[in-house]
Parts: sequence; C-alpha cells; structure tokens
Amino acid sequence: MSTVEQRTAAVTRRREIGEVLLAVENIELRFGGVTALADVSFDVRRGEIRAIIGPNGAGKSSMLNVINGFYQPQGGTISWKGQRLRRMRPHFAAKNGIARTFQNIALFKGMTTLDNIMTGRILKMRASLLEQALYWGRARREELEHRAFVERIIDFLEIQHIRNTPVGKLPYGLQKRVELARALAMEPELLLLDEPMAGMNLEEKEDMVRFILDVNEEFGTTVILIEHDMSVVMDISDRVVVLDHGRLLADGTPDEVSRDPRVIEAYLGVVHD
Amino acid sequence: MIYRETGQFKTSYAADQAILRLREDRIGLLVILAIAYVVMPLVASEYWLSTIMLPFLIYALAALGLNILTGYAGQISLGTGGFMATGAFAAYKLATAFPGLDFVVVLVLAGLITAFVGILFGLPSLRIKGFYLAVATLAAQFFLLWLYNKIPWFTNYSASGVISAPTRTAFGIPVTGFEASVTTKYLFVLVVVTLLSLAAKNMTRLEVGRSWMAIRDMDIAAEIIGIRPLTAKLSAFAVSSFYCGIAGALWAFSYTGAVEALAFDIGVSFRVLFMIIIGGLGTILGNYLGAAFIVLLPIFLNNALLGLGMQEAVAMASHLEAMIMGALIVFFLIVEPHGLARLWQILKEKLRKWPFPY
Repeated sequence: MSTVEQRTAAVTRRREIGEVLLAVENIELRFGGVTALADVSFDVRRGEIRAIIGPNGAGKSSMLNVINGFYQPQGGTISWKGQRLRRMRPHFAAKNGIARTFQNIALFKGMTTLDNIMTGRILKMRASLLEQALYWGRARREELEHRAFVERIIDFLEIQHIRNTPVGKLPYGLQKRVELARALAMEPELLLLDEPMAGMNLEEKEDMVRFILDVNEEFGTTVILIEHDMSVVMDISDRVVVLDHGRLLADGTPDEVSRDPRVIEAYLGVVHD
Repeated sequence: MIYRETGQFKTSYAADQAILRLREDRIGLLVILAIAYVVMPLVASEYWLSTIMLPFLIYALAALGLNILTGYAGQISLGTGGFMATGAFAAYKLATAFPGLDFVVVLVLAGLITAFVGILFGLPSLRIKGFYLAVATLAAQFFLLWLYNKIPWFTNYSASGVISAPTRTAFGIPVTGFEASVTTKYLFVLVVVTLLSLAAKNMTRLEVGRSWMAIRDMDIAAEIIGIRPLTAKLSAFAVSSFYCGIAGALWAFSYTGAVEALAFDIGVSFRVLFMIIIGGLGTILGNYLGAAFIVLLPIFLNNALLGLGMQEAVAMASHLEAMIMGALIVFFLIVEPHGLARLWQILKEKLRKWPFPY
C-alpha cells in the first residue's frame, strides 16, 4: 500500500478518537534480576488502534500482562478511565471491559466453539446454582439471551460451521478466530490482541485485519495490538509504541515512528555505509 | 441412515438448547426410563434389584459426583469414600435425632453437610494441582473414616460400631429399613438418581459447568475472562461432595441397611475413580456405563465361570474373575482412552452414515 492509499484508508475509516482510556506511567517490571520493563509510559485513547512493536524480548507481551493484571509491576501506576490504580487484577480487568487474546492460543480445548465463546459471557450471568441445576427462571432466560448475543458474534466472524466442534480439533487460523470471538463476547471496551496474525497465511491475515477494523469501527472498541508484520501495523494503527529491551523507544503515528532513526536502527534495520 | 439429524430443524435457540436434540435420542431415553421404572420392578427378581441394581445405581451416583469434580473441573480426588461416609453418618445422625423428618429432607441435609466438608477439603486445591491434590484428598479419605470410627458420638455410642439403618419414610411411604420392600427401595433410589442426573446435566451445560471446564482446560485463560478460580473450584468440590454424600446415605440406608465406616474405605474411592475413567471423564453417560462395567461385569463373569463347571472351585473362580476384570480394564483403556462414552459417540457417528461407507 502506498502512502497515499494509506492516508485515504485512514480518512475513510475515521472514528471518534476520544479521551484517554488507559494510561500506564513509569511501569517497572522485574523477574529476579531480569528487567522486563523499565520506566514505560504511554496512553491509549478511546476508539483508537494502538500498536506495540519491538524486537523479540522487548517486553511487549509483558506489557499486555501488566495491563490486564496478570503481572504485578514493581513500580508505576495504571490509570483506567482516569482512576489511578496501584495494581490491576485480572478479575477487575475482566469486569471493567478489558479482554485479550494470547500469542499461543489459550482456548478451552475440550469445549466446543459455542461453549468457548459462551464463557466470555460468564461475568454477565447471575443465575444461582439451584436455578442452573433446574434450568429454570433466570438460568434459562440468561442462557437463551446470551446465546442470541453469541450467535451474532459467530455470524460476524463467520464461524457458524464450527459452532459445535471441540476447538482442539480446529485448525490454527480458526482457533485464533474463536479466541477473538471469546474476547468479543465480553463486550470489551479495550481489546488486547497479542500477535493475532502470527503464523497465518496472507488470506487469513487479511481476514483477521478486516475483523479487527470492523470491531474497531462497528463497536467502537479500543484495540491494543502486538504485531510483527510491519505492513499491517503501519496500515491499521493510529499510534504506535516501540519497545526495545523493556524501554520505550518511540511513541507516535506510524509515519513518525517509521522515520525515527532510533527505531530504524533498533528494529527496522539500518543501512550501514 | 438410522440415526441422523437430517430434517430435524430447530427454529429457536430454546429448541437448540434442549438436552436431547434428536428425536432418536429422546425415544432412546424414554425406552431406557420405561425399562428402569416399569419393566425392572415387574420382571427382575428381588435378588437382582437388591444386589445388582441398587449398588449399580448408587455407584453411578457417586461416579456422577466424582466426575463433576475430576472430569469436569479437572481436580483429581481420592476422597470419594470419605465423602460418602460423611453423607451416610450425617443421614444417620439426622434420622435418629429427628425421627419424624422426611427421608428426602434427611438426604438433602446430609448432602449439604457433605458439601460443606467437601469445601473444607477442597481448600488445598487452590494451591496444589494434579497428583499432589490427589494425595491431599487422600487425607480426607483417611481422616474422615478415622473420625467416624473413633468418635462414638457418630454411631450413637453403639458398642460394635456397626449400626442398622432405621426405617424412614418419604412422603408417608417407608423407603428404608425392614418395612420397605425391595421394589420400593429400588424405585426410591431410581427417582433420586434420575433427578440428580438431570440436575448434573443442567449444571454441566450451563454457566457453572462451563466455568468448571474452563478451569480444567486452561486456568490462566479462565481467570482472564473473569472466572474466579476460588469459586469455580470450591463449587465443584461442593456439588461433587453433595452427590457423593447422598450416594453414601443411600448406600447405608437403601442398600446395605447398615451404617459403618468400613464400607467406605479407600477401595471404594478407587472403584469410583475407575468407573469414571472407564466410563468417560467429563460425560454424564459415562458414569452409568462405568458403574455398569465395574458392578455388573464381575457378577456376569462369576456366573459365567460357575456355569462353566467351576462350582467346586469357587475361590478359583473369584481369582479368575479378578484377572479377567483387570485385563478388560487395560484392554478398554488401550482401545479407547476416552472411555466407554466415547465408544458410544463413535457408534452414533457410524449409525449416522450406515449403511454407506461415507
């Protein structure tokens, strides 16, 4: 895609970019003597697609783990909708609309696609154990209501045909899609995608990019994306964070970042004379 | 061609959420229920009902309990016998302390008490997994049996430690003890097992069941979508123990008629574990198949061996029976590690296409 096309694409899919949804400040994360993240700060605005890039071991996945409370940083703060938190907890994150997918798929392998996606609705279900045992009252009502919602996501991601297949039997590309579906079932405000296109062929990648853009546009979901495919990152993201060895190297629009000499040196490669 | 979904359309999610989606399945279940409720009491002898059907049903119920914990929630337990004993002694204490109490209420309360005990012994599961958890639940097995043996309060200060279960009524009909006929006992146990099976099926296909399976398959991902491991694991322990407790109470009151701790030793725990492994982990059907395999097959083998002219060598027959049983278990696990329930599923797939090869 040329620069011109890129700009038009950016213009045509213009959404509202709103206030700061999430901000991380001076995050420090160490494992024993290894520093995974050092003094990393950036923010994410409502409605934008924010990419995190960097070489292997730069701390990208660790950053996502900090954001959804899976790792507890030793220092720094996370602000969620203006509320400053010393630490994030996975349950708090889930309840407040932060969903994620994993680099190496974390689906429930013994369960069907439908059941996997339905787990994304668990926080919205209120039926008591007794009601569930009797499939009565709220249990029945909620099950049907959430089933209808989940079916909309299934339609959206075009996975109707694998609805009742155990996910362990699905090919890799479809598993990635089911994982996205499960995250979407949570109706997230912020979606953390850890290499959603890794290991995919071109066609699957294009599908996935389309889905991410559609989610962002139709539901207004804010997206944080880790991706190695530079053309994808440059095409779809609004702003890019570059990490290297756990430090923030650059932060800006794709154009700014790709012109930044430090980024070119560390990541994109530099021509030595 | 015999068994297929073609032409059976679902027009609402409610219809699609039905437990049995296919007409063939519904007919099959009705036939089984008719045999269990009508044919069995009419045709089967007292011997059949009291020594074969009752232990089969009660073991199936205990297997259901353990399968919820191990098959669905992925927490290995060797404490089944201890939880069954808890149910039996709780029912005994309740039935003797409140003689007028309906036996259904006694069962439910005994189940709830066992559920509470199960939660206590489930607490280590929050920290340990797999084989280590199995060893921790062994503690429940030994400690609980020791408790009921050593503290005379549990046996109402009986000298021998073996006490006969008193006659109690459910809705005015005597269902336990000497006054209840074998047929009544059988039908009562059958009703309990039917209702609890339906409840288990419902739980495992709804939210709570999905949270158990999520914890089993990938606890990290489960936590990230908002499932609390504490709630999911302890609810699995509670429901599982509830089922095991009721199974234990029925064992003492409806089957043996005697309440004794020794009836629930470690052998029982292993036997129930074998049932769910052979029957199929994480299935409801597997519990019945596994219980039938473990309870009925030895009886069948025994009769077959005696029929082959081994009347004089009864001891020899029982040794042979154990050997054949062991060999069959190994054979089935090699042929189908996912259990008999999986074999049934494969058969259904085959029936769908039969008589065409594809």
